[in-house]
Amino acid sequence: MFKIVKKKNLNASVKLMELEAPYIAAKAEAGQFVIVRASEESERIPFTIADYDRQKGTVTIIFQVIGGSTMELAALEEGGSILDLVGPLGIATEYGDVKTVAVVGGGVGCAIAYPQAKKLFGMGAEVDLIAGFRNKDILILEDEMRAASSELFICTDDGSYGTKGFVTNKLEELIASGRKYDLVIAIGPVMMMKFICEITKKYGIKTLVSLSPIMIDGTGMCGCCRVTVDGKTRYACVEGPDFDGHLVDFDELLRRNSAYKKQEQQHICRLTGGVR
Amino acid sequence: MPDMRPTKTPVSEQDPKIRARNFDEVTLGYTAEEAMAEADRCLNCKHRPCMSGCPVGVRIPEFIEKVREGNFEEAYEIIKSTNSLPAVCGRVCPQENQCEGKCVRGIKGEPVGIGRLERFCADFMADKEQAVSPAEPNGHKVAVIGAGPSGLTAAGDLAKLGYDVTVFEAFHTAGGVLSYGIPEFRLPKAIVRQEVAGLEKAGVKIMTDMVIGKVLSVDELMEQGFEAVFIGSGAGLPRFMGIPGENLIGVYSANEYLTRINLMKAYRDSYSTPIKQSRSVAVVGGGNVAMDAARSAMRLGAEKVYIVYRRSMDELPARKEEVHHAGEEGIEFLTLTNPTAIVGDDDGRVVGMECVKMQLGEPDESGRRRPKVIEGSEHNLECDTVIMALGTSPNPMLRSATPGLEVNKRGCFIVDEASQTTKQGVFAGGDAVTGAATVILAMGAGKKAAAEIDKYIKAQE
Repeated sequence: MFKIVKKKNLNASVKLMELEAPYIAAKAEAGQFVIVRASEESERIPFTIADYDRQKGTVTIIFQVIGGSTMELAALEEGGSILDLVGPLGIATEYGDVKTVAVVGGGVGCAIAYPQAKKLFGMGAEVDLIAGFRNKDILILEDEMRAASSELFICTDDGSYGTKGFVTNKLEELIASGRKYDLVIAIGPVMMMKFICEITKKYGIKTLVSLSPIMIDGTGMCGCCRVTVDGKTRYACVEGPDFDGHLVDFDELLRRNSAYKKQEQQHICRLTGGVR
Repeated sequence: MPDMRPTKTPVSEQDPKIRARNFDEVTLGYTAEEAMAEADRCLNCKHRPCMSGCPVGVRIPEFIEKVREGNFEEAYEIIKSTNSLPAVCGRVCPQENQCEGKCVRGIKGEPVGIGRLERFCADFMADKEQAVSPAEPNGHKVAVIGAGPSGLTAAGDLAKLGYDVTVFEAFHTAGGVLSYGIPEFRLPKAIVRQEVAGLEKAGVKIMTDMVIGKVLSVDELMEQGFEAVFIGSGAGLPRFMGIPGENLIGVYSANEYLTRINLMKAYRDSYSTPIKQSRSVAVVGGGNVAMDAARSAMRLGAEKVYIVYRRSMDELPARKEEVHHAGEEGIEFLTLTNPTAIVGDDDGRVVGMECVKMQLGEPDESGRRRPKVIEGSEHNLECDTVIMALGTSPNPMLRSATPGLEVNKRGCFIVDEASQTTKQGVFAGGDAVTGAATVILAMGAGKKAAAEIDKYIKAQE
């Protein structure tokens, strides 16, 4: 059992949970993930570690309530506990020697882009953080992201906050205006990462993406998380979750992530009695 | 005078038509009368050939003698003294290649049903209160990595000797392949839980959700005061064929398919883990895992389930009983058939599998006749799900996180005759050393390693 030390709503559908897990907190690094099983009948679902506190012995996950399993998880309260937490899994992000970096986050992906920016900024790199949201209402972690970057650019699809437009436009605009990046890190919806990579490929900028395919064990055992990178099948759980974005087959990843769409709908209907 | 009937006392089973649609246990086991009648077939041979076939050295004629007398508790005690998981072994051991394969009665008829008798004894004792208490502590600590058959056996044997044993398991449930791999209808999970609970009563500590190599290293375990470490991390990495279409939706490794069903209980409505509702399933491979996957697919409601195997029925590596049961349940065997590509629709979902027919040529290094492609035999097999059951390799995670731990070219840990790896104080056994094999061989390796660890630690004093 892992105690929920803190639970906070970051917006109407995005929740933060700080969990007591001293063993994991002692080892966690940016880019790694944990697998959560909320209760006996729940799925095992992977979440990239949003933050950790080695002193307090806690790790933080941030998730959007999008399906049955995240609904189950969101129903748990501070002071309660989750049944299983496994980690830290995957390989920590390897940045190389970088001086200027653009970190791009999309929606709840900002929860994972933020610790990357924080780590790089803390290492002394120049960090432009581009954060995209559909609208102002779902904006998360604004102050935190500002503190972890040289400059924060917020984009909203509808222009209700920051710049109107997509993160892809902003990144291209910054590059075109003469900003030089040694590295771009993109974390968010698969489509966003795909389009970011199309831009950075054009400019020849190395780009890391953090992938979250469907997983069960997270240790290389089931092979469910296989992704095609540079024409080869790789297991995101043990060989990732970070990959060179220019080599990832995003279309295949999109398809594979939709494998259980039908069952997911039925699951939600069971949980809510058909109300969504 | 022993009963000289040439055939085993039949054991009752669920009707094939009914059981093919439920996950309840297929074989119902002997009654006391049936067990005693079967025990009466044992010749109680002086040279005990059956025992030479048992990797954990169960004193078979002795326990059968007790069954014949109706003294089931004593029979169980005899089994239990060398085998930590009798209820499991009675169900999943390939007895035909082991104890029963050596039975003298097998020469002119069927061997004594040793597996069925072992299971009977374990089941007879299952609901009896067993007085198990921890042994007198000897003051030494041992860590075991992996709560599968080899790890649990090693832990049980070490605890009996008074060691303070902690088992670290990556999954949320102990049991390893007994929990995630072998289906409920062949090995009910309640039995696995009971065997594990018995070990805990004997003093074994089990920590789940601990991926050693990630959350703690082997070196850190030793720094924490564990004087020896046993690695029983199994062979968990699934193999694929490397043919086009393997990443289509609807292609599973058998590991994934079975884990969703057995560990995550995707077949039960109240559990959240999804699994594909298949109409037509092709399982590639011919081992026990392939049979388990095929029979599970049938139970999930598939209309057609095929075993696609490149050799013939005679070479199927699965236990005979599983092949027989699968056939009874309506699984179709497409032998001498090999896939060359998996075909998908526009959404990337499986709609079929391209196959070729094979013929058997000269024997290869395994002694089995090597299959060769028959030219012009290309054909399509219509299916919406493909399950690859081609065997597994050891997981490289622990090796790559542990300096000094060496593996061979197949990724298996290198051990000496004392089960010790290339790292001092670190022992290994089971599939992590041999590559994918059987539950009982892994248990045998765990048992041997426990004895070697005992020797090693006593020698350090």
